[in-house]
Amino acid sequence: MDLLEYQGKELLARQGVPVPNGHAAKTVDEAVAAAEQIGYPCVVKAQVQIGGRGKAGGIKLANNVEEAREHSEAILGMDIRGLTVHEVWVEEASDIASEYYASIVFDRSAKAPLVLLSTKGGMDIEAVADEDPDAIARLHVDPLLGFQDFHGRRLAFDAGVDEDVVRPIGQMLAKLYGAFCDEEAMLIEVNPLIITTDRQVKALDAKVTLDNNALFRHPENAALSDPSNEDPQELMAKERDLTYVKLDGDIGILGNGAGLVMSTLDVVAQAGGSPANFLDAGGGSKAEAITAAVEVILSDPKVKAVLFNIFGGITRCDEVAKGLIEAFAQIKPTVPFVVRLDGTNDEAGRKLLADANLPNVHAEATMLAAAERVVELAK
Amino acid sequence: MSVLVGADTRLVVSGITGREGTFHTLNNRDYGTNVVAGVTPGKGGQDVEGIPVFNTLHESVDKAGANTAMIFVPPRFAADSILEAEDAGIELIIAITEGIPAHEELRLYNHIKSRGTSRLIGPNCPGILSPGKANVGIIPASFFSEGQVGVVSRSGTLTYQIGNELAQKGFGNSSIVGIGGDPVPGSGFIDIIELFEADPQTELIVMSGEIGGDSEEQAAEYIRDHVTKPVVGYIAGFTAPPGKQMGHAGAIVSGSQGTAVAKAEAMEACGIRVGRTPTAVAEIVAEQLGA
Repeated sequence: MDLLEYQGKELLARQGVPVPNGHAAKTVDEAVAAAEQIGYPCVVKAQVQIGGRGKAGGIKLANNVEEAREHSEAILGMDIRGLTVHEVWVEEASDIASEYYASIVFDRSAKAPLVLLSTKGGMDIEAVADEDPDAIARLHVDPLLGFQDFHGRRLAFDAGVDEDVVRPIGQMLAKLYGAFCDEEAMLIEVNPLIITTDRQVKALDAKVTLDNNALFRHPENAALSDPSNEDPQELMAKERDLTYVKLDGDIGILGNGAGLVMSTLDVVAQAGGSPANFLDAGGGSKAEAITAAVEVILSDPKVKAVLFNIFGGITRCDEVAKGLIEAFAQIKPTVPFVVRLDGTNDEAGRKLLADANLPNVHAEATMLAAAERVVELAK
Repeated sequence: MSVLVGADTRLVVSGITGREGTFHTLNNRDYGTNVVAGVTPGKGGQDVEGIPVFNTLHESVDKAGANTAMIFVPPRFAADSILEAEDAGIELIIAITEGIPAHEELRLYNHIKSRGTSRLIGPNCPGILSPGKANVGIIPASFFSEGQVGVVSRSGTLTYQIGNELAQKGFGNSSIVGIGGDPVPGSGFIDIIELFEADPQTELIVMSGEIGGDSEEQAAEYIRDHVTKPVVGYIAGFTAPPGKQMGHAGAIVSGSQGTAVAKAEAMEACGIRVGRTPTAVAEIVAEQLGA
């Protein structure tokens, strides 16, 4: 789960990381009230998960109450590369002496957290990595040992930070590492990490990605949401406990198991079609789950045909067939379905479907034939 | 021969008394797997259809001689159960459980590696099937027969699909190993490919990967430098958009990292033929084995 800037900053602040004082606001009046409380100058920042907010006009400095109102009115409701701004973060303006970069990455390859520090902050770190890789100090931390003072010193000296902030930077990195572990994050990125003119170290931005599998231990994080990034079908799927990802095409896809569903999308694309979604009905799904899944897929008005690709292991094909029959009774779909059932109880499932004689439902024997058929029907 | 599970397997199932645990344990036993024990804390002394249940994994080793553990407990208890199995000296731990937090997996991986006495497969994997010998996990064994193709995969059902395509061309399997779809699997492609390379029954290796991470790229280089048997690859997720997790916790394209195109190209650059569909994989296997 990706957090908005202000959600990330609030999480970091809870872990003792210094961040500029600020408030989140959903309306112009709330934003103005926040600005009045914080004082001027202050910054009004659009809360959407996309880069280039500043260039798009989503970050503005306000020197007085009139400007705070003007900027909040302009930014709330603004569209930034397809995302509508529903919230702003109003924070005190900072006097910046230097802009650094710091991040902690869950390095799957090395099986250890990777800490990065650079004095070239405030810009795209991937560009820095390409042009001047030596400008980024990197260190893996043994997860069984944890972050030690020497890690912080090494990174600070390697990155070449100003000498008076070697210790504070080390302390900052230790706190970020603590937050990374305590909150079970997959990524914490602070860009820029600033040194103020009075030599304080602060996180001026925060990009935090949390581990969905660990949210059960962090109810306060599980409750966070991003209204600008919520697709209606994805919300609907979440409520029904289905794994669904919205895509751009017009062929609805349902399968069991993440790998098989990904493979199904690929095979449909190779057959010349364009998948509308990824939907993993999961292992061992019962008829009700299948009915709910059909509901979610068909709620996307772009869907012109649907492909069921099931290879039953734990999943029983007769349950899938029952779910589809029930979905037809409840929703009465008007688009064609192509169904491929293989695996546990496949014969029983195929017989159920044949006996039900559903309108516009086509059985295919293989994944490839099913993909080709659904592409043809969607034309 | 086969790899990891076979005639010598003496299986203990952690979480044997749960609904799913019981169902799959009995399935595995019906297939011929030697299931010697189950563990559910507080239910020691009971039995599941004749399989003795113990309170601890240590007891299952001491009293029933278990050498392989299958972990079937819910995600919030699974890491603890894996650590207990390791502490009990069990050589092979196969964790089926999906949804273990990534930071716990990091600790598990590093702890088990530093001790160097156990091998962990999974978590979030379908298990291991050695057709005709033993089945540990949830792979539907009836679709597979004994043969010369070793399969290693990050996915469950996709493995069945590929295995089925191979079966239709008349090929069976030495072993099918699901390493799981999580960010930090206990064993990676390289660990399993090394075993297949040494296994006399295995003549060809199919590796089935997916988007996310760089384990396919690392495996490709390992294969180029160390593997003499032919390897055929598959990658799922060419149509996956960046930043979206495609079901598996580990299946996510971040920036330009972990795309299916990059993986397929890296594998091809190391001389591995990559099928673009499961059907194409089976066709390449047929060509390579000259059938």
